[in-house]
Amino acid sequence: MRTAYIAVFAMMALGTSVTTVRVAPSAAGTVSGKVTYTGTPPKMKPIDMAKEPNCAKEHAAAPVLTENVVTGPGNSLRWVVVYVSAGDEGSTPGTEPVRLDQKGCQYIPHVLVVQQDQPLDIYNDDPHAHNIHPLAKVNPEWNRSQPAGAPPIHTKWEKPEFIPVKCNVHPWMHGWHIVVATSHYAVTGEDGQFSLKGLPPGKYTLTAWQEQFGTLSQDVTITGTETKAVNFVFKATPY
Amino acid sequence: MGKLFAVVVTVITVVSTAIFITHTWWLPVDISAHGHAIDHQLSETMLSSGVLFVLSQLALAVFAWRYGDRKDGRQVKTFPGGATPMVVLAAILVGAEILTLTFVGSKVWAGIYQTPPDPNSLNIDVQAEQFAFYFRYAGADGKFGAVHPELINEANENFFGLDPAHDTTARDDIVVPSLVIPVNRPILLTLRAKDVNHAFYVPELRIQQDFVPGLVIPLHFTATQTGKHEIVCTQLCGLGHYNMRAYVEVLPQAQFDQWLKEKAAQQ
Repeated sequence: MRTAYIAVFAMMALGTSVTTVRVAPSAAGTVSGKVTYTGTPPKMKPIDMAKEPNCAKEHAAAPVLTENVVTGPGNSLRWVVVYVSAGDEGSTPGTEPVRLDQKGCQYIPHVLVVQQDQPLDIYNDDPHAHNIHPLAKVNPEWNRSQPAGAPPIHTKWEKPEFIPVKCNVHPWMHGWHIVVATSHYAVTGEDGQFSLKGLPPGKYTLTAWQEQFGTLSQDVTITGTETKAVNFVFKATPY
Repeated sequence: MGKLFAVVVTVITVVSTAIFITHTWWLPVDISAHGHAIDHQLSETMLSSGVLFVLSQLALAVFAWRYGDRKDGRQVKTFPGGATPMVVLAAILVGAEILTLTFVGSKVWAGIYQTPPDPNSLNIDVQAEQFAFYFRYAGADGKFGAVHPELINEANENFFGLDPAHDTTARDDIVVPSLVIPVNRPILLTLRAKDVNHAFYVPELRIQQDFVPGLVIPLHFTATQTGKHEIVCTQLCGLGHYNMRAYVEVLPQAQFDQWLKEKAAQQ
């Protein structure tokens, strides 16, 4: 009996320590944390855009670096998608259009997350043509040229899929369309931080995806309006 | 009408010949060690075909001037034996000219493309793909890593399909999208295509060679002048063919060494 009291007390104390003062407006919890790596990640290499003089000129002062593994201070990892992969509750359909830009011979953002059936608008902001080619396998693959000044391409993805996207005329241009079935997702920034808000009480599986290192998953249980800390640590290899 | 035609033909002949003689639209500067042979052959071809062109056009003008306005419809003269021997003779004459040019030209071509490369050549691998060229230098160890087409991945700039995780010789390979070469040093390119036929064409180097998927094609030359020129694909290879190009930059040896060092540090 005494042990049980201690256990309950310990749980309460633990709950207090991880709960922040922030309270979601609805009775929903938050999961936040940081994505980091151990080991040696590949080098971020400067991209030589000599083939497309406009872009080479635009980035002459600071060359664009490869984005397949982008690291930051404190071993943080950028462009990691963290999303609810199982046990999803309270998701809302994506209705706001998501914007992808082709600018300076780069995909902005490099990793774009979109919900299934959510409108996706693709813009060419460069003074030359691009040829956007999502290498979809579950969804229908397409391949469309977008000359300078052409109107945006309005499209959407109907099924969840991780789709690599390339530009057929600029081989270094590489990005991802991550199509998810949930509205609970986040992409890590330079500091590796993420936060998933508005999670109703329930048991969830969170998955973190990095384009080169693969996926990691963790289970998390939300009981009320607390903020749970979940961190992901990827094993990095230089090649 | 016949006289007017004769004048027009003569004017066209004189103007078009003058454009060639004065080199108004001529070849770009030749920056290769072998280019003079091609230019010489081209000049000979232009001269022999040019002389025939001028003679035949002027003969046409003379006949048109003299006989074009005859009203009586009488034949001037017939070819001995009629039309058949005339056509046969013309075919033999033109055929002999074309065959002669082909044999002489092939000798020049073979002297460039079919000769062994200099053993001290700088080896550079070239990968052509829709719609770009990539160039690979061996790095500090002087060895090229093996290529594994299944490992080709544009996302991490593995355009050649190297396997640095298992192949140590591949780790220091330098892969760049521009061809940079030292001046006056024999260069041996090894051409590979990832997908479809492409071509490596640098008019200033007097070099044009197709890439064929599945074939590894050697191509050697020496650049004799520094400068920067365009490499273009001259095989229609798909939607983005118009944009398939790269640059070749010929540098003094010291500058080239410096460039290679900088690139090696980025790998």
